[in-house]
Amino acid sequence: VSHVFAVLGPFGDAFDFIFQQRESQAGTVQVGGLGEIWELTWTHLKLSLAATAIATLIALPIGTWIGHIGRYQFLATSTSNIGRAVPALGLIVFFIAFLGVGFVNVCAALVLLAIPPIITNTYVGIRGVDRETVDAANGNGLTGMQIASKVELPLALPTIMGGIRIAFVSVIATATIAPLANVDTLGRPIVSPNVYGTAGQLAACIVVALLTFAADAVLAAIQRAVTPRGVKIQASHGRSTGRAGFLSTKRSIQST
Amino acid sequence: MKRIHPILALLAVLCLGLAFAACGGDDDSSSSGGGGGSSSGSEPAGTEIQKVDGAESKPAIKVGSKNFTEQYILGEIYAQALEAAGFKVDKQLDLGSELLAYKALQAGKVDAYPEYTGTALTSFFGVKTADVPRDANQAYEEAKKGFAKKQITALAPTPFENTYRLGMTKEKAKEIGNPTKISDLTDKASELSISGFPECKQRQDCLLGVQDAYGLKFKKFVTSEQKYQVLDSGAADVAFIFTTDGDLASGKYAILDDDKKFFPPYNVTFAIRDEALQNIGPEGQKVIEDVQKPLTEKVMQELNARVDVDKQKPEEVAKAYLQSAGFIPKS
Repeated sequence: VSHVFAVLGPFGDAFDFIFQQRESQAGTVQVGGLGEIWELTWTHLKLSLAATAIATLIALPIGTWIGHIGRYQFLATSTSNIGRAVPALGLIVFFIAFLGVGFVNVCAALVLLAIPPIITNTYVGIRGVDRETVDAANGNGLTGMQIASKVELPLALPTIMGGIRIAFVSVIATATIAPLANVDTLGRPIVSPNVYGTAGQLAACIVVALLTFAADAVLAAIQRAVTPRGVKIQASHGRSTGRAGFLSTKRSIQST
Repeated sequence: MKRIHPILALLAVLCLGLAFAACGGDDDSSSSGGGGGSSSGSEPAGTEIQKVDGAESKPAIKVGSKNFTEQYILGEIYAQALEAAGFKVDKQLDLGSELLAYKALQAGKVDAYPEYTGTALTSFFGVKTADVPRDANQAYEEAKKGFAKKQITALAPTPFENTYRLGMTKEKAKEIGNPTKISDLTDKASELSISGFPECKQRQDCLLGVQDAYGLKFKKFVTSEQKYQVLDSGAADVAFIFTTDGDLASGKYAILDDDKKFFPPYNVTFAIRDEALQNIGPEGQKVIEDVQKPLTEKVMQELNARVDVDKQKPEEVAKAYLQSAGFIPKS
């Protein structure tokens, strides 16, 4: 196998690192190979899944509530802005005093990173539900709670899943800093060039990239699966009329 | 260890985030305020740098540095000194790890950057940690030879060295009977956790080597870049520290002596491409070598502390150093 990879230069060397163990740059220890890569990937995945799941549990009710009552929008926008401004690495350092170093610390930092996109998307999704539909539900005597859970949430689900997707992908990418706080994710080869060498760094980057693509694809599939049939029909209907242009009757009726 | 409910902690951080966002603008003014004031009180040790004839007509010198505090400060000190001598300087003070910095130097992306002798020998010239000369001058001479093969000159080393030591809080040291050297830990190590930067765990010149050389085994290794917070919070008992760390200036920490001389010397040499050295000439070289003479371990600790603890900018700290040592006039 090594001969094939050798042709590819540094990238080939990186692939070789993924499949073959070798002596570390600094000597004496063995690094690389599927065993270690898998171990790091598994920790990476566990950490990212935990962080995204906790973030969803926190962000989903908040986003739904803000969207449902249609007030406190500033909460949705300001959390997402702050979320973008606060660096995860800074949070990890900040948490050392409260949570020590380790899984809980890094997970907490990643949770805070994942919350903003989920809140924002949930809020936008809920607000985006056709007001006529909500009015109809209201007219049929559904309570606020029922409207939120049975009408708004299902219709907003594709947008919400989009938020979770963004959150998960950015969490996977950011989980590479975890080794700075005692959690050995795929970031370990990246922050240890004197042990893993450039081949190890590149190898870890490749695996992280593949992981984000895979995660994105899986969540995209889930997003499609949870899209209510009605929304799909509406969307395809919108597309076909859109193509016909002047035939889009719905719009002209609304504007008159 | 204190335990705080995770949700409470999350809320606290969200609130803090708001507070930070609100007062973010003040940051600059407060840090620049302390700029010149807190000088170390030493009298001028150097003479003012004079303009070198024809310096303006030379091509700009690209001064680089690696990506941590001490390197930023050193890069600034050398760059500002060369500027004071009239040379045009192009600063590229964030090259990354030593491997990247060395590549940039060889490729001519930068003309010079400060490198540690021990790092050069082990990371660039394939010398095993155990084979690095323990004498600082010998280590420098050997590094100089290695660089010379790549058309790079290693200028005279700094008085200070930034090497590894084991450190702990004075409280913890008291608790385990005030060890003064690493050998004192031999029968206690199995109950102590040790912290270090991520690579350390798998490096022969760090954890692995120390355990072999001193015949001890620590309870567990805690990876972290924030060694002092880790020590303070009790997440680890001992940590791999650097002798010029700014946090040491506080006097809160006990440093254990490397009694078996395990760690190689790590003095700084300004590694400069031969071509660029010809451009700055002997006068330029003298500027570099003079300006680093007052840099003892204590001074370097203090400079690092101003950046890491007092949050001043490396640029200002370097300027304050050059001024208080008398290399450039006080403004």
